[in-house]
Amino acid sequence: MIEVKDVHFTYPTGVKALREICLAVQDGEFVAIMGQNGAGKTTLVKHFNGLLKPTEGEVFIDGVNTRNLSIANLSRKVGFVFQNADYQLFCETVEEEIAFALRNFGFDEKTIKKRVTWALNLLDLMQYRKTSPFMLSGGERKRVALASILAWDPEVIILDEPTIGQDYHQKERLRQFIVQLNTQGKTVIMVTHDIEFVADCSPRVILMSQGKIVAEGVAEEILTNVNLLAQASILPPQITQIFLNLKDLGLPSKVINVHEGKKILLNFLGAPA
Amino acid sequence: MAIIETKNLTYTYPGGTTPSISDISLTIKKGEFITLTGPSGCGKTTLCRCFNGLIPHFYSGKLEGDLVVKDLRVIDHSISNLARHVGLVFQNPENQLFALSVEKDVAFGLENVGMPREEIRKRVDWALQMTGIENLRERAPHELSGGQQQRVAIASVLAMQPDVMVLDEPTSFLDPLGAEKIFDVINELNKKLDITVILVEHRLDLASKYTDHVIVMDKGKVLFDGGPREIFASEEVRMTGVGIPKAVMLYQALKDEGIHLKEVPITSKEATQLIREIIIHDRS
Repeated sequence: MIEVKDVHFTYPTGVKALREICLAVQDGEFVAIMGQNGAGKTTLVKHFNGLLKPTEGEVFIDGVNTRNLSIANLSRKVGFVFQNADYQLFCETVEEEIAFALRNFGFDEKTIKKRVTWALNLLDLMQYRKTSPFMLSGGERKRVALASILAWDPEVIILDEPTIGQDYHQKERLRQFIVQLNTQGKTVIMVTHDIEFVADCSPRVILMSQGKIVAEGVAEEILTNVNLLAQASILPPQITQIFLNLKDLGLPSKVINVHEGKKILLNFLGAPA
Repeated sequence: MAIIETKNLTYTYPGGTTPSISDISLTIKKGEFITLTGPSGCGKTTLCRCFNGLIPHFYSGKLEGDLVVKDLRVIDHSISNLARHVGLVFQNPENQLFALSVEKDVAFGLENVGMPREEIRKRVDWALQMTGIENLRERAPHELSGGQQQRVAIASVLAMQPDVMVLDEPTSFLDPLGAEKIFDVINELNKKLDITVILVEHRLDLASKYTDHVIVMDKGKVLFDGGPREIFASEEVRMTGVGIPKAVMLYQALKDEGIHLKEVPITSKEATQLIREIIIHDRS
């Protein structure tokens, strides 16, 4: 469980990035943190694996204050996939990249091999195992970064903008895969602007603006609240926009996905010939 | 008038065993707003690198076929020469920005072509204003957020007022409203200054309303080349994993149930209108 208690964070440059953050993420939850550029989303999640320590207030991971834990210690439990994969990739081959952290954590070679193969398959990277990560496309590099974290099986997985540079199929795979991780009891926290992806995933949504949490709740509530979204510089999902515009005809407006939208319209129109 | 013409363009990176793009034949007309899309790894970025000569002059490797940009055969002209005509905004802005201030980064290309100081000043001011980052003028690019860096990268290319702007996922780090602002800027450049725009983008829901010509690539080849509405109606394109707008998916889902909207909507506004018509018709 992650507990954030009245956290403020000010960067050395004087920029106040977080203000009065109070938040609890239970084990096994699936949470999306949304908000505009500079809202403090990434700064907040960097507190979860100890990359940053609060200027004021406390962060507890499974009851232990992050001030008393090293990043090395925390990262075994909390895996962090960066927004920009280039920040975390440096090995000569994809395979070595994925094995790197496993070696650092002291896994034996047999387990490492097994885990690497598993992660390569999982993210459809097998054909690149001997390729340099820097020869890959932006979207593929992103998958390598993700594979290298999943390989050590952390309890909490933080994904900073996981859908950037991913095409539709990969997003769909990523979604199924997050759902699968979540079903297995993993806590998944993603930072994202991708409203359509959030609408498809339907997690608990935390909305941030100017260093503060401005709203939280289930996706259907938050993503259909135009005023709240506007505060966070976010446009509602396309399906929501359509249904909001049709409100005057007596259609419900809290609709975020295609399937549901179709069902409502079918009911509304009666069974067509 | 064609501003970019490729004929059977095929390219293999040095050390590569298979071509990254193969047999690409395209015509891009002056003033068009093109969206170039396709699954990750399909060769979009590679094709863009050909337009300003990074391929083959910087990356080397093996380039076959023909590529003419603004009447210049790319193979015969240097990157510096081609850069006056084709500006490329990289996918990762950090790979493009290097100066100690935003202003200097935006001025760099202009200094390189030997533009008079006063003109540089004017162009920099204009580019910063167009991209909405005048307040970042003195900041160091490497200290900015990903979204702000993307704007700086666009400004630095924009300042050159090239004939063609190639933007490789220029809004990937931006929030949707930020992305829309950038698309508006790009659209304005396209309409007002007649700059030909080639936008590489997965988020077709955001981009399609500006586009008049979509090129879909898959496995190094051009799979589809036409208008946005035709593209979204194509089963073949849908199968490749191109990001179809949700409005189009709703259209398809309704069609599967026997409800036919009059045409394929590409924006939520169009979808609203089409659904409204059907409901009102149903009631009368």
